[in-house]
Amino acid sequence: MNRRVLVQADAFDAGAEITRLRESSAEVGGIATFLGVVRDINEDDTVSGLYLEHYPGMTESQIDDIITEAASRWQVLAATVIHRVGALAPNDEIVFVGVGSRHRGDAFDACEFIMDFLKTRAAFWKKEQTTDGSRWLTTRASDVDAASRWDA
Amino acid sequence: MIRVAIFASLRESLGTGRTEIPAGPGRVSEVIAALGSQHGEQWLKTLSGEKVLVAVNQTMVNDDHAVADGDEVAFFPPVTGG
Repeated sequence: MNRRVLVQADAFDAGAEITRLRESSAEVGGIATFLGVVRDINEDDTVSGLYLEHYPGMTESQIDDIITEAASRWQVLAATVIHRVGALAPNDEIVFVGVGSRHRGDAFDACEFIMDFLKTRAAFWKKEQTTDGSRWLTTRASDVDAASRWDA
Repeated sequence: MIRVAIFASLRESLGTGRTEIPAGPGRVSEVIAALGSQHGEQWLKTLSGEKVLVAVNQTMVNDDHAVADGDEVAFFPPVTGG
């Protein structure tokens, strides 16, 4: 499996990442991707920016483990996870998950699984700047529920 | 020496992301106690919080996990990435 894990401050080009997944193997028949973008509103407050922190080394190996788990459940030919850290503004891309498989079912499921576990199992922390000041976000129950549906 | 890393809201409330303590504490709970005696009551209270997560050498563990000289012990709140 081709695997690409990047945690970086820099912007990335989702289009170039899809090309890379497509060209990773002639066996790839479908690529499912998710692109996360910074919203300008959260819980009714206007968000002017986000700051993201991670645990260098641990975060990358947790993402690696999540990809390995996805590849044990579905047929995965190539997987890319890019997560940005540092200061981000509304509309900035924050996370990219792309999975190339022979068939779409595996690509869709593995992509969603990786995204759900990135939310709940990888060492990232978000701080939000709003008009009322800044606040560290807390884990959402809906994200925990989304990850736990894969437990079965 | 045991290296200590602290992240996100915990780092902000304690005012530092990195510190060290002399080798000796054999478990995570004892590391927390040692940090409390070195830095004061606020550290003990913050790091003993119910929602605080702990990693030793970048692997998630619980409070009674063993700690040895040279280990890195990290404290952080529940994750909020993606």
